[in-house]
Amino acid sequence: MARIEVIMPQMGESITEGTIVRWLKKVGDTVGKDETLLEISTDKVDSEIPSPAAGILAEILTPENGTVPVRTVIATIETGGAGAAHEPRSGPPEAPSRESAPVPAASHAPLPGAPSPAGGRFYSPLVLSIARTEGIPLTELESLPGTGEAGRLTKKDLLAHVAARKSGGSPSPAPAGATVKAVPGPVTLQPADVPALRAKYPTPGHEILQMSNVMQKMAQHMVQSVQTSPHVAAVHEVDMSAVVKHREAHAEEFEKKEGFKLTFTPYIAEAVVKAIKKYPLVNSSVEGDKIIRKNFVNLGLAVASDGGLIVPVVKHAEEKSFTGLARAVNDLASRTRMKKLLPDDIQGGTFTISNYGVFGTLVGIPIINQPQVAILGTGAIRKRPVVIDDAIAIRWIAYLTLSFDHRIVDGALGGMFLEEIVQNLQRRDRETKI
Amino acid sequence: MPALTYIDAISRGMWEEMERDPSVFLIGEDIGAYGGAFKATKGFLEHFGAERVIDSVLSEAAIIGAATGAAVAGMRPIAEMQFADFVTCAFNQIVTNASKIYYRWRIPVPMVIRLPSGGYIHGGPYHSASTEAWFAHVPGLKIVAPSTPSDAKGLIKSAVRDNNPVMFFEFKYLYRRVKGEVPEGDLTVPIGKGDVKREGGDVTIITYGSTVHFSLEAAEKVSRENGIETKVVDLRTLLPLDRDLIIDSVRATGKVLIVHEDTLTGGVGGEVAALIAEHAFQDLDAPVKRLGALDAPVPFAPTLEAAHLPDTERIVHALRELIRY
Repeated sequence: MARIEVIMPQMGESITEGTIVRWLKKVGDTVGKDETLLEISTDKVDSEIPSPAAGILAEILTPENGTVPVRTVIATIETGGAGAAHEPRSGPPEAPSRESAPVPAASHAPLPGAPSPAGGRFYSPLVLSIARTEGIPLTELESLPGTGEAGRLTKKDLLAHVAARKSGGSPSPAPAGATVKAVPGPVTLQPADVPALRAKYPTPGHEILQMSNVMQKMAQHMVQSVQTSPHVAAVHEVDMSAVVKHREAHAEEFEKKEGFKLTFTPYIAEAVVKAIKKYPLVNSSVEGDKIIRKNFVNLGLAVASDGGLIVPVVKHAEEKSFTGLARAVNDLASRTRMKKLLPDDIQGGTFTISNYGVFGTLVGIPIINQPQVAILGTGAIRKRPVVIDDAIAIRWIAYLTLSFDHRIVDGALGGMFLEEIVQNLQRRDRETKI
Repeated sequence: MPALTYIDAISRGMWEEMERDPSVFLIGEDIGAYGGAFKATKGFLEHFGAERVIDSVLSEAAIIGAATGAAVAGMRPIAEMQFADFVTCAFNQIVTNASKIYYRWRIPVPMVIRLPSGGYIHGGPYHSASTEAWFAHVPGLKIVAPSTPSDAKGLIKSAVRDNNPVMFFEFKYLYRRVKGEVPEGDLTVPIGKGDVKREGGDVTIITYGSTVHFSLEAAEKVSRENGIETKVVDLRTLLPLDRDLIIDSVRATGKVLIVHEDTLTGGVGGEVAALIAEHAFQDLDAPVKRLGALDAPVPFAPTLEAAHLPDTERIVHALRELIRY
């Protein structure tokens, strides 16, 4: 004598609940194994659910029209001999009194090519063709909900998205207010379904955290940038000894006068602004087949904050003296940390510097801050033995990386521009007044 | 327009062609005095005489051999196989001789071979076979397989006028079950052209012969119950296939179900699926799905026969799987 549980089957990866349309058996009815026991409705399709075992339908726990999460016990079936007891009899091989019922398979196997739960999402050739024609990047496809088997993105799902895109709105599941432009589309993050995630990643062992706004923006910008610009990186070595000595020579006096510490950032900013004056194409943006070259330098400085990455902008850096740059950098850095940045402070950048050297990183490959076409990454400044005039010397060495948009900046320009920065830093005259 | 049964439409077509062209004649077993096993040639002997309605010996090889010779000599024979199953006895005459004569000697062989085909009639394993796929592999032949009275009449007339050997598969299940309006007069249906029997934008069925009707029933059912609209394409000609129509109909929906009464392995549906994979891969939103008889002879017992052959329910089931995908 055993009692078998009938559970709400999971009809697809994305399906979290099911509705009972109809019970085909009443309590007390005899039911054969694999005989249709009930009909359920998930998503759009109704399915017949076969009985997991032969026996008598003992209980119906979810009535018709009831909706329950997948794997909920919805009925039990009494199997075996005449006795009414639910206790296991000792000895016989079919032992346990409460077997957990096998998941009743859908009445037919899924078609081949359905997405595998573990791997990436499957897209049909047609869906990929449409995406290609409409200029929809893969990351955008991945953000779209699918109504096909196991959440597959169907032709209809994509066409609905395309129609919404063209009419200027976003499809209903996207966050309100997200506007959609032509290629390349901004990346939108879909709010994930928490109950579904919870079902997939049970506690304890998994935590589900909300992405901060800054983090979401960062995610969108980074993905969009990689989609937009073919990134190429060049790495040059720079001897920072002149800068280090200059800073050592002026640090005390500077702090006394200005009220804040002299850092390396204004030196790098100054070298960058000078280099941009020589190679202004790296201070551009791209619109269609046109280049917008800027005659001013709004210098973005990537700053790590509690919530994520922020890039405040030093406006008109080309007009500022060294001290002016240092003041602007200090002002933005401190207001970033105090969360007192104004919206205008983070807009309008034309070139960006990311100083990951503060974390000890020697060489990094930064991602371009759109719509700019280049970004400079500065590595940690370390003492190293180097060869100068066939002698070994100990110098302050750092590695500078320029990531640039190869649509308009080629390796020659990138290399020359970066070398110009290197030379500007290495030639920094120790005696130059601040 | 008069409504004719499928078999009467074939008879009417042959009759008109015999009236039109004195070189057309019939040859087959019991087709004269008896009027044919299915009565397709009833009354022909009385009207056209024994010279043009020839009761043959009980030998399919002799029937096709004689017909081939007559065609070479300038006649336009219509040869009847009593059942498509029996064509095996004439296989060499068709495949080695009739199909290659034009290639080898530039002499046309304008011959029609009628083949009462298929099951659903409780005929058992020797009287229910679908044998079209064997011939779909033979260059030099044409194969037609109409599903409606109108197409049957139009295609038998085109087959008679064609200068190549044409295998005319006619579906016994449809003989008297299907009745339809047939335009009067000299209607022909072009060989090599399929036909859209039902429009729909969600999923496409590509089929021919008896299963056209099950497919149309299934399409109505999923339309009624699921709001899904199925496009039903009737191939009508199996050799050469109407490639443009196949590809266009795949593009229309992105999801395809291929259905035929014949067994799946090595069937015509496999060739259709291959064409789709080759020429419409980027238009597919689901794997190409096929439905046919089980890979077994057609059983005699009606319950087993029903389990063996595709029917409306199985098509509905397959359609729903495709829709859900």
